[in-house]
Amino acid sequence: MDENTETAPAAAAPPATSETEAASTPAVDGHGDDQALTELHPNYKSALRVEATITSIPFIIGALVLEAQSILPQASIIAPVALIALAFIIRLPSRRFHARGYAMSTDRLRVVRGILFRHDTVVPFGRVQHIDVNQGPIERFFGIATLTLHTAGSHNASVKLPGLGEQLARDMREEIRSHIKREAL
Amino acid sequence: MSGEIATTAAEATAPRRTAPIGLLVSAITSIRQLVVPLVVAGVALRDNPFGFGGLAGILVLILLANVGAAYLRWLRLTYTTGAEDIRVESGIISRAARSVPYERIQDVSLEQKLLPRLFGLVEVKFETGAGGADDLKLAYLLESQGEELRQLIRERRDEVEASTETDGSEDTGTVQEDHGDTVFSMDTKRLTTFGFFEFSLAVFAVLGGLLQYVDTFVGIELWDVDLWQGWIESQSGWLSSFGFIAQIAGIVAGIITLLIVGSATGLIRTFLRDWGFVLEKTARGFRRRRGLFTRTDVVMPVHRVQALVLGTGWLRYRFGWHSLKFVSLAQDAGSSSHVVAPFAQIEEIDPIIRAAKFDPPSNDLDWRHASRKYRFDSAAIEGGIFALIALILAVLIGTGTIGSGFAYAAFIPLIPLALSIFFTFANLYAWQFHRHALSASQVFGRKGLLSPATRIASRVKLHSVEIVQGPIAQRRGYATLHLGLAGGSFSIPGLPIERALELKSAILDSIASRDFSALA
Repeated sequence: MDENTETAPAAAAPPATSETEAASTPAVDGHGDDQALTELHPNYKSALRVEATITSIPFIIGALVLEAQSILPQASIIAPVALIALAFIIRLPSRRFHARGYAMSTDRLRVVRGILFRHDTVVPFGRVQHIDVNQGPIERFFGIATLTLHTAGSHNASVKLPGLGEQLARDMREEIRSHIKREAL
Repeated sequence: MSGEIATTAAEATAPRRTAPIGLLVSAITSIRQLVVPLVVAGVALRDNPFGFGGLAGILVLILLANVGAAYLRWLRLTYTTGAEDIRVESGIISRAARSVPYERIQDVSLEQKLLPRLFGLVEVKFETGAGGADDLKLAYLLESQGEELRQLIRERRDEVEASTETDGSEDTGTVQEDHGDTVFSMDTKRLTTFGFFEFSLAVFAVLGGLLQYVDTFVGIELWDVDLWQGWIESQSGWLSSFGFIAQIAGIVAGIITLLIVGSATGLIRTFLRDWGFVLEKTARGFRRRRGLFTRTDVVMPVHRVQALVLGTGWLRYRFGWHSLKFVSLAQDAGSSSHVVAPFAQIEEIDPIIRAAKFDPPSNDLDWRHASRKYRFDSAAIEGGIFALIALILAVLIGTGTIGSGFAYAAFIPLIPLALSIFFTFANLYAWQFHRHALSASQVFGRKGLLSPATRIASRVKLHSVEIVQGPIAQRRGYATLHLGLAGGSFSIPGLPIERALELKSAILDSIASRDFSALA
């Protein structure tokens, strides 16, 4: 991949120039509009679960405190709260995980997300201003990262793609960055 | 983390840290922030003999923690100037890595505040098209390092510019027109007409606000229904004693006063803002001058114009008056769009549009409507909300929960009911005026029933394309298309999904055909 960036941009067929990258970057020739979506890293589901668990803790504590006051019949507060929390921790991350995906093609990245509100965003590499690879503590634990593409547009000023394997996120950044150079020349 | 350093280091230079003296600056800054709480605590504890000892201990602890955190941050912040980009990695627990390609850096600014300056340090900022808070910053570097970095980036940028100059040269050839062609101007007569259309009763809103302010002093509940009802009843006897003609005369006089005040407000505001409005096309771009007391002079380079907005008002539209705005990034001007023709006929606007290298909308374009399902759904939703309000009110009033003291309470639910019917039909009717079109180089979007506004964006100057479907839209097969426009927004709602996909792929192909750096 270092050879890829150092040598002339004329060496086309970007996704598969080096073997190491071809193994990790599932980029396909052609355009990302109709090609199949790539699934995110399986650890992303676990990361979403951990986040949901952390978010639900204050609600569980609140419910327990209310329960301890014994104003209402037993378990009438904690039971529904616990059920909702379980749905949020077990069911929702799985659905969100399956609703998300991305497709990287020769000149653009497509990011799909959302259950109720489906968002299907495409950013051509030629419009990327700069690229972030971020990892929060939970993401670091699970070895995943978030790739963020910044554009100059007011809508979609930054397009986030979470749940990528750490190395894959870095490879994708290199890939996108090398396109910026190539197309500018 | 050693892996990441290995991959980035392989490029050209090894990751570097910022200047260690910067640590001293952050330590001093943290002490400065502690001064106020310290003084407060010192005063509070002045009679307590153990207070000072404890205070000193806490101070040392806080200071150590601050310096420790600053040290860790410094240790974990590295920057790399690679062959193609500059890269900053930072964060103790969360890791952030930002990569900015040299081609995208528009400016490098060196900033020195007082304290860093004493130590010979600078903060380096890299400005890109993304703008503002998302830009890359490096604090603090030695002055020499900062200068070196700026030099390096200028060199890299010059290499790129030299190679793109070839296709830019023909462009500059056509721009070389004679200086200061007046494209649009407004004389006093036009301003007066404009002023009348700017009719505004804002003065009364201000007066109303004042009244509300006053009533807390006067002690009369101005918004109390019973008071007014009583007042009308008592006054109607008094008014009717004047006879029917006098009442009519009174109403007419009131309306005339409103008209005079409203027109005067509009005229004054228009004259102040747009006096001597001149729009010229110069070699540098469009130049606009206007204003009576504060005269403004704005220059907009033609290539910076991202999109055009052709607007109007519900009444002036009947007389063929329109306004034209340029959408651009223009962060310096405050508002993102520039009015280039506030009040003009279409025949006057078309040349301005052409001068900005856009094509005016025409009827020859393949204008398409939104989905019919979207038409039905939006009418049903908007009408339904008011119908629901009417129903709730009717039930509440019917059961006597609210409004039992008010004589006309039974008629209140009729207001939302009327609104419901109005919005249902307005939506159904407005549908045929909402349309969009795609030409070889532009996207057109038109909205509005009474005062239609048309947006014209250059396909190649867009930045991203997004299709959004809400829960209803997913089931009914339509979608909203959002286009990433620098300095403005552009969305087309209610597109049939096939059309949305068609537009998306067509626009994306245009965007991808030219790189951002080749746009300017």
